[in-house]
Amino acid sequence: MSTLEIKDLHVSIEDKEILKGVNLTLNTNEVHAIMGPNGTGKSTLASAIMGHPKYEVTSGEILLDGENVLEMEVDERAQAGLFLAMQYPSEIAGVTNADFLRSAINARREEGDEISIMKFIKQLDKTMDFLEMPEEMGQRYLNEGFSGGEKKRNEILQLMMIKPKFAVLDEIDSGLDIDALKIVSKGINEMRGEGFGCLMITHYQRLLNYITPDHVHVMMQGKVVKSGGSELAQRLEAEGYDWIKEELGIKDTNAVVEEA
Amino acid sequence: MTVETKLALTAEDVRSFSEAQGEPTWFAELRERALAEVENLDMVKPDKTNIEKWDFFNFPAHTVESDTYASLAELPEAVKQIVDVEGQQNVYIQRNNTPAFLQVTEELAAQGVIMTDIFTALKEHGELVQKFFMTEAVTVDEHKLTALHAALMNGGVFIYVPKDVEVAAPLQSVFYVDNADASLFNHVLIVADTNSKVTYVENYFSGVASNNTQANIVTEVIARDGAKITFGAVDTLDAGFTTYVNRRGETLRDAEIDWALGLMNNGDTIAESITHLRGDGSVADTKTVVVGSGKQNQNFTTEVRNWGKASLGNILTHAVVKDSARAIFNGIGKIEHGATKADAQQESRVLMLSKDARGDANPILLIEEDDVTAGHAASVGRVDEMQLYYLMSRGISRTDAERLIIHGFLEPVVSQLPIEGVKKQLIEVIEGKVK
Ligand SMILES: Nc1ncnc2c1ncn2[C@@H]1O[C@H](COP(=O)(O)OP(=O)(O)OP(=O)(O)O)[C@@H](O)[C@H]1O
Ligand SMILES: [Mg+2]
Repeated sequence: MSTLEIKDLHVSIEDKEILKGVNLTLNTNEVHAIMGPNGTGKSTLASAIMGHPKYEVTSGEILLDGENVLEMEVDERAQAGLFLAMQYPSEIAGVTNADFLRSAINARREEGDEISIMKFIKQLDKTMDFLEMPEEMGQRYLNEGFSGGEKKRNEILQLMMIKPKFAVLDEIDSGLDIDALKIVSKGINEMRGEGFGCLMITHYQRLLNYITPDHVHVMMQGKVVKSGGSELAQRLEAEGYDWIKEELGIKDTNAVVEEA
Repeated sequence: MTVETKLALTAEDVRSFSEAQGEPTWFAELRERALAEVENLDMVKPDKTNIEKWDFFNFPAHTVESDTYASLAELPEAVKQIVDVEGQQNVYIQRNNTPAFLQVTEELAAQGVIMTDIFTALKEHGELVQKFFMTEAVTVDEHKLTALHAALMNGGVFIYVPKDVEVAAPLQSVFYVDNADASLFNHVLIVADTNSKVTYVENYFSGVASNNTQANIVTEVIARDGAKITFGAVDTLDAGFTTYVNRRGETLRDAEIDWALGLMNNGDTIAESITHLRGDGSVADTKTVVVGSGKQNQNFTTEVRNWGKASLGNILTHAVVKDSARAIFNGIGKIEHGATKADAQQESRVLMLSKDARGDANPILLIEEDDVTAGHAASVGRVDEMQLYYLMSRGISRTDAERLIIHGFLEPVVSQLPIEGVKKQLIEVIEGKVK
């Protein structure tokens, strides 16, 4: 079993504090969901875990099986077993999806022990088939001109090919049509199991209808303010966030948003 | 201090060289006139690069004698990489200044297509050559270097595709340098007659470190009414060459020229790629990729000039500049008066990989007609941090991520090259340069 621990994490962007002490522990074989109003720091948390260059961790810790993740470069974090499906994946012209994926897989292997092209293609075909992606997507340039939904599906393709220990999925359900949502969920459920832990950021219960989370957390004003089981997400879906704000005496959930 | 333009060759030298080649009188006279003009003409003026101290006039030898190849099997290994020894049907190999190997299929000959070295062409197809040699596309008296080129021309190839003939497989030339003293005053002349179609790919390829010499290259590509020419090139001349390379296209009515140019010389280079869209409805697409490295100083001018109505010009330049290299990219779209409904588009992107590198994109639109469309985009920047972050978040190291992004950035020309070996070679050259 592996563990990803986030301890009292404070993160700033351009000298503005966004995360104000986040605590969270994930184990493999667990699926956690994070919900919360817009602008409360969910993507910031995801970015801080992966090591986005613009986010500055001012205090706190992130540990992967006791190892200090914050000291690692982005690629080292990935090699250590972290993965982030981004809310807005980059487009990279001229680099085919397949070449990129092969580089990502080979980056995890010793020089001289690269994956054979045959084996790679077999694995890619199988996974794309599973995700009902047309074969030509492999030869398209990475995310270039992909629709919003296609980009999300492509993130899951990468997840399934790379097989990390922990995946953070930032709004993997946004922009997906109903069929695509089912397929993406199928992919995540396929990953679910002994060696895999997942943190899903979402706004909607509908994703959680397909992937039942073990734990649900609510983020507000840069903190995890409430945690519970999957019933918590159902209540949020039905009643919104007001009852939590009342419970906690929070007046303005958008306090971190700079008023113009 | 200005470099002296005193010529290494006298009129007498040029005359006897011409005689030795058995050239027709008109050509000997053309050389003589050109040589006489060198002195009076202005120097070429590449915008934004000062070439006062560049030497375009001195070289160890005007021509060197080289052995020929009896078959493609005899080619040096490095050249075999770019020529498909089994599969390539029509290929011309020039070794330094010597036409060293020519293979033209019977089918091609039966179609009336001419593909031969420039000296043979002068002897056997004199009238055709005379009609097009520095008459329509490039002219002798443009500046000192065009005149010098005409006077000293010492190699090249001539290709003629008759009316209505479509050449299926690409024609290939390799200009291979393996003598350190060799200079290249190389002339490529391609004429695609009415409604014909041809694909041509050339390599300037160094297998030796050259001794401060010259490459003065003029390439004329003429697409007559309705003709289509696809032109690919990969230049990888040694740092010992100072290069002036002028590739000029002319399209008549409804004709098209598509250029894919990998300009990867290792020495100082002035490269000019200009297409004149003379005919209505004609099209030019010029894609160029460049990697500048070391202490190289380079200037690239890419221009499409719309003369014909509803003519379409498209320019795309992607360049990487590293170390302490300098490179200027002038992109010019010029729409002439009367060219209604013409379209001139250009995009120049320059990636700087080190703080000592200097690259400038200089887009220019000159429009003398109202009813037209035109646009340009230019940028000089660094590798995108978000792209790097994305790739690294998949476990790819910073170095490899940067490499992938650069290869992707230079892909527009790589993907366009129609010969597999040349495509691979360009990828390898890029790999070697950005490492
Ligand atoms: N460059 C920046 N400068 C200033 N503030 C920023 C910057 N980038 C992000 N922020 C702010 O940080 C806050 C948290 O943003 P974050 O993207 O983490 O929110 P989120 O919870 O993921 O929201 P959503 O649900 O809309 O995706 C927001 O108020 C946002 O405006
Ligand atoms: Mg977000």
